[in-house]
Amino acid sequence: MSGTRRKQEGRWAWRLTGFVTVCVYIFMFAPIVATVILSFNASMFGGFPMTGFSLQWYGKLMANEAVLAAFRTSLWIALVTALVTTAIGVTTAFALVRFEFRGKQALSTLVILPALVPETILGVGLLVLIKAVDQPRTMLLLVLGHILLAMPYVVLIAQARMIGIRRVYEEAALSLGASRVSSFREITLPLLIPAVVGGALLAFTISFDNTSASLFWRPAGVETMPTQILSMLKISISPEINALGTVMILVTVGIPLIGGLILQSLTKLRRRGEPKEDTQ
Amino acid sequence: MPDSQGTTLHPRPVLAGAAGASAAAEADSPAVEFRDIDIAYGKFVAVRDFSLSIRKGSFVTLLGPSGCGKTTILRSIAGLVDISDGQIMIDGRRVDDIPIYKRNIGLVFQSYALFPHKNVFDNVAFGLKYRNVPKPEITRKVGKALEMVRLPGSEKKLPSQLSGGQQQRIALARAIVFEPQVLLLDEPLSALDANMREEMRVEIKKIQKETGITAIFVTHDQEEALSMSDRIVVMNAGAVEQIGTPQEVYDTPATAFVADFLGKANMLAGTVSRSGQAVVLASSQTITVACSRPLAEGSKVTVVVRPQKFSVGAAVSANRLSGRVVSASYLGGSAIYDIDIGGKTNLRVNAPITGRVLREGEAIDLGFDPEGCVLLDEDGRRIS
Repeated sequence: MSGTRRKQEGRWAWRLTGFVTVCVYIFMFAPIVATVILSFNASMFGGFPMTGFSLQWYGKLMANEAVLAAFRTSLWIALVTALVTTAIGVTTAFALVRFEFRGKQALSTLVILPALVPETILGVGLLVLIKAVDQPRTMLLLVLGHILLAMPYVVLIAQARMIGIRRVYEEAALSLGASRVSSFREITLPLLIPAVVGGALLAFTISFDNTSASLFWRPAGVETMPTQILSMLKISISPEINALGTVMILVTVGIPLIGGLILQSLTKLRRRGEPKEDTQ
Repeated sequence: MPDSQGTTLHPRPVLAGAAGASAAAEADSPAVEFRDIDIAYGKFVAVRDFSLSIRKGSFVTLLGPSGCGKTTILRSIAGLVDISDGQIMIDGRRVDDIPIYKRNIGLVFQSYALFPHKNVFDNVAFGLKYRNVPKPEITRKVGKALEMVRLPGSEKKLPSQLSGGQQQRIALARAIVFEPQVLLLDEPLSALDANMREEMRVEIKKIQKETGITAIFVTHDQEEALSMSDRIVVMNAGAVEQIGTPQEVYDTPATAFVADFLGKANMLAGTVSRSGQAVVLASSQTITVACSRPLAEGSKVTVVVRPQKFSVGAAVSANRLSGRVVSASYLGGSAIYDIDIGGKTNLRVNAPITGRVLREGEAIDLGFDPEGCVLLDEDGRRIS
């Protein structure tokens, strides 16, 4: 008897879990789905009900010089951020994993810190600093800020991968006559590639997506995609924004997705057959 | 180890080894020489006062339990570990300050360490490439090396497509293809399964002989050490216990540690009785031992007897001991007995089977030749 009751309870528990899960997913994805659907709405107003299917808002977007400029700006900033952050982040991770030096713990914490401090605080902080040394807000400042924001994630990714690369590979390369630089270039770096690509993609999206910090740092008259959307929203909720939002979603979700798929197929071959090692 | 042992080992460049006479002329410039090296990690001293010279073309094994410093010494030759004190010479050239990539040594790891993103050819060619060997020459040498490890034609394969044994062969080819001055093998067989291990043992030894390369082999497996080496260096707790040919270290262990580590010898504690050569055991049985020196009456000694040195049965002449079988295991040609001879002393005996295998609880008579044992003093050192 108790057995059937327990079974009954179990069934209800599962139903409840399922229900909650579905609710969470709806809560998470409904706004995104709504944005994408409404971007194809023929109506003048950026909301339901739908009046018909149309691509006119995308067309308007293409003709909007301000939006295109913001898109170009964001793209460039994200590219530069990704490049610089990956170069510095991967090197930092290599040093943090492979070498012992004074202040290693402190450095490791400092590098991660920007990810823990609220973005707004970071934004105001950097701004105050710039004002204190009496410098104008420039593109350089904006890019530097984005690098600061993306760095922790790139370092964390590269560090995790670096720990997985056994030191014997480098030792073998050294014993065969490769200098430290050569062994890094020929052995460590190729094995780090998944982290390099992954880190670069993440840095790109972090920069491309950033709103709050960019609001503080951008030079006068410069808009990035998110700030452009924000300023458009101030005027009206035009359906154009839905189209713009859809483009943003495509870029920030699509790029890492494609990158991840390419990486997966690249690394599939070498994963197999690595022996276990006795710790000695 | 106290100094007396260390210094006696060091100046005479150890003439042990099968090829003793022929290589005597070359003994002046050993392939590798350690002079009083110490290796410390912070306050922890991994290796103390290690001195050893290794003759060209010989196969020397560093044997000991894990943590005894054997791997540390191997890595110090490679330059992967810095020594705190002393000198390391390779072919008479001091290498302490030479970075690893300029030392010209071949290194084989326990975990193979083949570059996973490079194919077999690029792995083996790696060392040649950094020695600026011209391309056709590289192709020829790689081909030859792969033939030597019996994997010809595997150039295009990736390490992940090879079995453990094959990977280790490639690793060996990679380490010898550029003809290094020394070949260092760090437990190369430990990651392999038992069958493969034996095959590789023979293979490595064969290749070492063919190429005439000086090899230093690190292992904790006494069987590997005994079967492959010209000389064995038995180590414990960062110091050398004994250096000698496999037979020397097995038959005449210098210390209690060596006796126990190699082949699990019986260690019978006892007291010297008459100033003759007799020892009274804890079981109050008396045995005779062979010793060139007279022993002080009443001194504590340990009699070391290998399990194989016992003979079993009524026909036993010398050093007759009687006991009771605690357990017996039948091995086909011989049997291993655990025998209680009283006085809380158990003997491990490995005797050929004559007649039938004795069962648990049966009485047994056994004995051993006085010449077939080694005597250790109170500190566990051999009384010569």
